[in-house]
Amino acid sequence: MRIKKIRIGGIMIPLVSVFLGLLVGAVIMMLSHFNPIQNYINLFVGALGSPNAIGEVLRAATPLMLTALGFSVANSAGFFNVGLAGQALAGWLASVWFALTFSHLPGIILLPGSIIIGALAGAFWSGIAGFLRAYFGASEVITTIMLNYISLYGTNAIVKGSMVKSDADSTPLIPAQARLRTPFLEQLTQNSTFHWGIIISILMVLLVWFLMKKTTLGFEIRAVGMNEDASRYAGMSSKKTIISAMLISGALAGLGGAMEGLGNFQNIFVNTVLPDIGFDGMSVSLLATGNPIGIIFSALLFGILKIGGLNISINSTTPSEIVNIVIASVIFFVGANYIIRYWGAKMKLTRKNKVGDA
Amino acid sequence: MNPMTIIVTVVSATLVYSAPLIFTAIGGTFSERSGIVNVGLEGIMVMGAFSSIVFNLFMAKDFGQLTPWLGLLVGGLVGLIFSLIHAVATINWQTDHIISGTVLNLMAPALAIYLTKLIFDGKGQTNFIDPQLATASIPFLAKIPIIGQIFFTNTSIAAYLGILVAVLSWWILKYTRFGLRLRSVGEHPEAADSVGISVYRYRYYGVLISGFLGGVGGAIMAESITSNFSGSTIAGQGFMSLAAMIFGKWNPIGAMGAAIFFGFAQSLAIIGKYIPVISKIPNFWFTLAPYLITIIVLVAFVGKSRAPAADGITFVKSH
Repeated sequence: MRIKKIRIGGIMIPLVSVFLGLLVGAVIMMLSHFNPIQNYINLFVGALGSPNAIGEVLRAATPLMLTALGFSVANSAGFFNVGLAGQALAGWLASVWFALTFSHLPGIILLPGSIIIGALAGAFWSGIAGFLRAYFGASEVITTIMLNYISLYGTNAIVKGSMVKSDADSTPLIPAQARLRTPFLEQLTQNSTFHWGIIISILMVLLVWFLMKKTTLGFEIRAVGMNEDASRYAGMSSKKTIISAMLISGALAGLGGAMEGLGNFQNIFVNTVLPDIGFDGMSVSLLATGNPIGIIFSALLFGILKIGGLNISINSTTPSEIVNIVIASVIFFVGANYIIRYWGAKMKLTRKNKVGDA
Repeated sequence: MNPMTIIVTVVSATLVYSAPLIFTAIGGTFSERSGIVNVGLEGIMVMGAFSSIVFNLFMAKDFGQLTPWLGLLVGGLVGLIFSLIHAVATINWQTDHIISGTVLNLMAPALAIYLTKLIFDGKGQTNFIDPQLATASIPFLAKIPIIGQIFFTNTSIAAYLGILVAVLSWWILKYTRFGLRLRSVGEHPEAADSVGISVYRYRYYGVLISGFLGGVGGAIMAESITSNFSGSTIAGQGFMSLAAMIFGKWNPIGAMGAAIFFGFAQSLAIIGKYIPVISKIPNFWFTLAPYLITIIVLVAFVGKSRAPAADGITFVKSH
């Protein structure tokens, strides 16, 4: 399988895609006899109507920024990292395990230690796919998909086997000094689950922007992504670059998982499905067209849709899945940007002709 | 359990679990042979599973024992319609094949559960179906001593149907005019175009066949294994089929072989506890087996196996 590099420029494509996605959602709601306008109002009120809601939106956006960054770094190198969910889960497990195992350590060591171990676990998990691709030519699309499931069943076995007491399904909460949630932020946002992780996420956005635009490694990653053969001819080690890109990508996804473990849930439990932050992060990155700053905004939008979506179902009988339909449609239009440009160019042309007639 | 019972159980469980994978993997083969990468098989299976269960729940009183078989057709048709999204996006609108396939995977569970909640008063999963996709003995063959009992008595008819479809697909792709043309647009679309073959049309055939067979695969999964529809009815089988297609080197017979092997690996997780030596191994390893084996085989045996030359590359007809 060959993956073509995605090249989309400008802010118009994401904006038009979001609009068209909301439109698809509206049509589906109308066809099923729901009021789309009232539902969308409920959505935005539910996401932005109170300090608590805003806190929840920011909390939801936090891991998405990280997994989206992870996806975009790998994508710059020409890799489609479909394994974000598995890598995030590995990071989530490792960070909670560290926090629980070394619970006697002071916060100044325990919290950074838990965060770093989460990133390392994510990097290790994606590194397997990077290594297999670099040395054996194994398609990363297939290996990361398989590693997702191994991560899901593997973490469940570890949680069940050695981290929970008797036949419980979740571990005890991590010690207070390892948590990213603080009473200060909770009071600020009327007891939302908002936590300090957002600072880490924004720092990482800036760091990745710097890495990709200003460092040699970033240049090499982009060069390999554009043309692997040419960059090898120019003396770059494509194997090394492939593995570096996948390690960074997985570390970021692992950090995203650590945010769930140390900030949102403050423990880990037996998961029946892969965590949403994987595929959602991929969608966030696609919507932001890989631009790090764009990722902040698109993660916030996803936070709004996800949190506000819950409010739709509270205030009407509309199933909350409508939000995921909207998200899938948005990504569809981002991918099909050719047709948006085509229509755009056509509209411009007709307008010009009309002006010409007048 | 005595050895004979164990063998019979292993074979029948293997066939039951491989049937959905066989159909879907062959579907993927048609799509990729025409040049369209289809990572959306998982989503297509979800739509097939959902529609066949809904059909079964509402129509069982009219069609009786025939319902599950008609349900397979319904699942296939809905899968075909759903795959149109992928066809239009990749063939006409130059969308990246992986992104479009991912959209199918994001869209299908959301849409299917949305509709489930609408149809079943807000419940996120359906009731259980009755009748299920039945097992049966194959006439004459079941009478063969030993082999008849192992392979052809109370067995999954759907799996044998899949094997039949695999052989038929191999023949179609290799020897018929349709097959040659389909392969030519996946290998060298410009050359095919220059001799007057409609690249777009044959790529549509490829994707729509994958939609139909993937939908049938999802329907078999739902009607013979889970017996209802929920968010976890299809849990990775589409991706397993994709892997089976790659192991099978984009050949229907190979894809079928790989699918049966995965079915065997999956069935071990279920029946492992009845087999003496194997029952000592923690069940967890059997759950992991298909995924681990996929990676190992991909690295060790397939290596840089060659996909159709123009697989994943958008063809734009020059004017």
